Amino acid sequence: MNSSVIVFPGSNCDRDIANALERFQFKNKMVWHKETTLPKSDIIVIPGGFSYGDYLRSGAIAAKSNILNEVIKAANSGCLVLGICNGFQILIETGLLKGTLLRNKKLKFLSKDTHVKIINNNNKFCKNYQTNSVIKLNIAHNEGNYFTSASHLEELKSKDLIAFKYCDDKGNLNDESNPNGSIDNIAGILNEKKNILGMMPHPERMVDKLISSDDGANLFLSILN
Amino acid sequence: MKLILVKLHQLNSRKNKLKFSVTVTLKKDVLDPQGKVVQQTLQNMGMKTLKGLRQGKYFEIDIEEKEEITAKKKIEEMCKKLLINLIIEDYKINKI
Repeated sequence: MNSSVIVFPGSNCDRDIANALERFQFKNKMVWHKETTLPKSDIIVIPGGFSYGDYLRSGAIAAKSNILNEVIKAANSGCLVLGICNGFQILIETGLLKGTLLRNKKLKFLSKDTHVKIINNNNKFCKNYQTNSVIKLNIAHNEGNYFTSASHLEELKSKDLIAFKYCDDKGNLNDESNPNGSIDNIAGILNEKKNILGMMPHPERMVDKLISSDDGANLFLSILN
Repeated sequence: MKLILVKLHQLNSRKNKLKFSVTVTLKKDVLDPQGKVVQQTLQNMGMKTLKGLRQGKYFEIDIEEKEEITAKKKIEEMCKKLLINLIIEDYKINKI
């Protein structure tokens, strides 16, 4: 499978995700944001970081870059797109995913491991996970507080578009297990066609048992299948 | 003669320059944790009559347009396409 990782000034998880993709035998290419064409890709990943220093709003400037026009075209024609952390913020700013990401409720930059529950596995990113299983992933963000309208939230639920929710180690979904104040504990969502996933936690940091865990590995294995 | 022409040109281009301000505020129902902290701090400092505070953003924009209406339309477009997150923010455009 061919993958492309988009790199902006300020991206800092681009090498991590490239390493994870290559570990699972993806043929990966790094694509600088000024490029106007994408290499042949089965999946495009927008990595985490602080594109353009988070100026204006996180992801707002990156969403208007040259390469994003191509990403939007590819996404609309069905190519898989994964946005992690700042990548999720960028996807929101392009309008490919609906809703918005506000400042964390307690105004603190969060960098820690958190438990995440798989809410829906009937999509190309999660099918190797079991629904309702609990995994541990790392989060590192300042604006991850997902917010959307009541009608869109209903749509997310009824169409199985919520991929992940924050929970505790036993899978309980409540305020205590919600690190950033996201509506309904949401940690990752899909678009209606389910070819675009945006998520705040970092699966690419959890692909090696030796240094962390391999809880994120199934996401890459799902895409490969 | 040349000098006059240059002066005239400068005068014209100054005439065509309009200045606007855009004030961005969070919508009423959106939680503003930053504003809340600022409010609490001011209250702790003794500002007892302070009853509400919301934090926002402010832009000053110079634009080269003859007509105020066209200029305003352009600014409106800038707001909708980049400056404002319409889901959570409101904005006001003012000529200054």
